[in-house]
Amino acid sequence: MEVLKIATAGSVDDGKSTLIGRILYDTKSLTTDKLEAIEKTSKQRGYDYLDFSLATDGLVAEREQGITIDVAHIYFSTAKKSYIIADTPGHVEYTRNMVTGASTSQASIILIDARKGVIEQTNRHFFINNLLRVKDVVVAINKMDLVDYSEETYNKIKADFSELMSKRDYQDQKITFIPVSALKGDNVVNKTDKMPWYEGQTLLEHLEEIDKSDIFNVGTPRFPVQYVIRPKTEDFHDYRGYAGKVYGGNLSVGDDIVVLPSQTKSKIKDIYFYDEKYETASRRSSVTITLENDINVSRGDMIVKDGDLPTIEKQFTANVCWMDSSQLTPGGKYVVQHGVNKVLAKVDRINHKINPDYSGIEENVTGLNVNDIASVTFKLNKPIFYDQFKNHRTNGSFILIDTQNNNTVGAGFIQ
Amino acid sequence: MNKDTSHINSLENEAIYIMREVAAQFEKPVLLFSGGKDSITLVRLAVKAFYPAKVPFPLMHIDTGHNFPETIEFRDRLVEELGLELIVRNVQDSIDQGKVKEESGRYASRNMLQTTTLLDAIEEFKFDACIGGARRDEEKARAKERIFSVRDDFGQWDEKNQRPELFDMLNGDIEHGQNVRVFPISNWTELDVWSYIEREAIEIPSIYFAHKRKVFLRDGMIWSAEDGVVYRDESEEVIEELVRFRTVGDMSCTAAVLSDAVSISKVVQEIRESTISERGARIDDKRSEAAMEKRKQQGYF
Repeated sequence: MEVLKIATAGSVDDGKSTLIGRILYDTKSLTTDKLEAIEKTSKQRGYDYLDFSLATDGLVAEREQGITIDVAHIYFSTAKKSYIIADTPGHVEYTRNMVTGASTSQASIILIDARKGVIEQTNRHFFINNLLRVKDVVVAINKMDLVDYSEETYNKIKADFSELMSKRDYQDQKITFIPVSALKGDNVVNKTDKMPWYEGQTLLEHLEEIDKSDIFNVGTPRFPVQYVIRPKTEDFHDYRGYAGKVYGGNLSVGDDIVVLPSQTKSKIKDIYFYDEKYETASRRSSVTITLENDINVSRGDMIVKDGDLPTIEKQFTANVCWMDSSQLTPGGKYVVQHGVNKVLAKVDRINHKINPDYSGIEENVTGLNVNDIASVTFKLNKPIFYDQFKNHRTNGSFILIDTQNNNTVGAGFIQ
Repeated sequence: MNKDTSHINSLENEAIYIMREVAAQFEKPVLLFSGGKDSITLVRLAVKAFYPAKVPFPLMHIDTGHNFPETIEFRDRLVEELGLELIVRNVQDSIDQGKVKEESGRYASRNMLQTTTLLDAIEEFKFDACIGGARRDEEKARAKERIFSVRDDFGQWDEKNQRPELFDMLNGDIEHGQNVRVFPISNWTELDVWSYIEREAIEIPSIYFAHKRKVFLRDGMIWSAEDGVVYRDESEEVIEELVRFRTVGDMSCTAAVLSDAVSISKVVQEIRESTISERGARIDDKRSEAAMEKRKQQGYF
C-alpha cells in the first residue's frame, strides 16, 4: 500500500476543516466515539448539521474561535492508499505553517470559496505551492451549494485561476479543478447529481490516481552522514559504519564515491540495513554504509558518486521564506541547517522581495518581516555541498536558525 | 533492496532517521519506556538504527505502581535480552515525598501524577531529549505535535509557538534547562504499529492478547477487577470475560475490550475492523474535550 502526503490551503471560512471532516466521514474513517463527540458538540451549539471541522481543530483556542491555527496531521486510508493530510491554516499571519505543510507534501489542495472566487489569499497559496514545487495541485472550488451549483461561477473561477498559472515559475505543476460542497458531500468522495455539467473525477477519485513515485524528484544520489557507528566490540572490532538516509537516487556496493568536503575517494564496501547486507540502497532508505578505505568521515560530511559532485561553495543565493517576528537584515548572523549539516551564515544582501500575489518584485529592501519571501545571498563560514532546489528538493533546501533563541526562523530554496 | 515501496518501510526509514538525529544532536537522550506496544516498537527501531553498536541511550520507565504485572515482567526480560540500560522512577516516591497527592474515589488514577515524577527524573539525570511513542493519530491535540517538540524549564508545551518543521530537517538546538520531546513514530497509526509488530515478529506483553479476566462494567467500559487497583463499588458486579487491552497504561485508567484475538494476526484483523478509536478506552481523555491538551501543557507526554 502506498502513502500520499497532502497539504491543504484555504482562507478563513473556506471550509478546509469541513472538507477534511467530510473526507473522513465518507471514507468511514471516523470511529464511533469520535463521531459521537462531533454529534454531541454540534448539538450543544445548536447546529442542524454535523460540524466536521470539530474532527480536526484540535486546540482549545481553535475550537473557541472556530479557526485552525496550527498544522494538524490527519490520517486515513482507503483500500488503495494511506493518506496523511497536513491541515494548514489560511491566515496571512500563519503562512509559515503553510510552507511547513507543503514542504513534506507530494500533493496539495487549494480551497476557494465559490462565492468569493480567486482572492489575494489564493494567489499566495498557489505561489507557495509553486515555490515549493509541489507536483500535484487540486483547486477545490467549495460551497458550490451556495451558488446554486452554477457552472458559470465555476468557469469564471477557473478562468481567473488560469491567469495565475501563466505567471508561475514551475510550469510542470499539474493542476486539476474540482467543484465541491464539503458540507453537502458533493464530489468529495461521492459523485453528485447536482452538477451534471461536471464530468471529471471526485476529489478522492483524483487523489487515488496520483502516482506517488511520479512525484518525488529523481535526482542524483546524495548521502549526508548523520552518525558514525563504531561498535568497538570483538565481533566488529574495526567496523566504521556511516549511518544516513539516501536522497535523490540509489547507491550500490562497488560504487566509486567521493567524501565531501575532504574530496577523498573510495568505494562502497557494504550496505547494511540492520543486520542484513544489501546490494543497493534506494532513495529515502535509512542505511549504514561502510567504505573500502579507512578514511576520516564525520557527521555533516556527504558521500556522493565520483563524477557527480554537487556545488561546493562558501556562499549561495536562495529564495527565503521568513517566518519570525524579528527582522532579517543584511549583516544578520544565523545558523544554516542544510540537511544534517550546520554552518554559520551571514546575510550578505537582500537582492529583492518577491510579492507572493504575483505582482512582481520589490527592490531596495532593507529588511524582511514575517511571511516575506525574498531572494537573499548568504556568506558561510565553511562550504556546504548543495544542488539547486529545482534539481534536488532535499539537497537544495535549508532552514535558518536564530543564534540567540535557537528557533527555526526561516526556510530557503537554493537558486 | 527497495526500502520505500511499502508504506511501513517508509515509516520505518523515517523513524530510524529520527533516532539517529537524537543520538547525534543531544548529549543525554533517554527513551521513555512504558511497556506498551508503542514504546516496544521504539526499542526495536532504536536497535535497528544503531546496529551493530548498542543503543546509545538508556530506557526510563516512570512506574505508577499500578502497572499490569505482566508489563513489568516483560520489561525486565526485554532489557536483559537486548543488553539495554534501564532507569526506573516511581510515582510512589513522589507521593511519599509529598510532591503529589493521590487521587481518591471512583475515577482515581495515578496517570496525572506521572508528570511530576517524569519532570523530576529529567532534572535528576539532566536529560536533554526524551524519546516517546506518542502518535499524531491518537488524539486531536497530538495531531499538532512536532517531531522535535521543545519544552521549557518546567516541562511545558507552548502549543501556539511551536518551531516549524520543514522537509525532514530537525532543529534540536536548545538552551540550557530546556529539553526536547522526540516522537519518532508521529506519523504511524495504530494499525501501522500492529502491522510492524507482526512483520518484525516483536514480542509484546500477554495482556494485549485475549485472555480470561475478572472484570466489572462501568459507564459502558470494562475494567479489570484483579489486583485491586481500580476502585470498585460493591454494587459493581465482578464477572469473568474474554478480553484484551488495546493500550497498556496505568491500570486505573485503561479499560479492556471484549476480544477473542489470541494472536498478532487476529489483533491486526480486529483493529482493521474496529469502529472505536484506541483512546476511546482511555478514561483520562474523556474528562473534557480538551483533556489531552491540558495535560500536555503541564508536561505530560
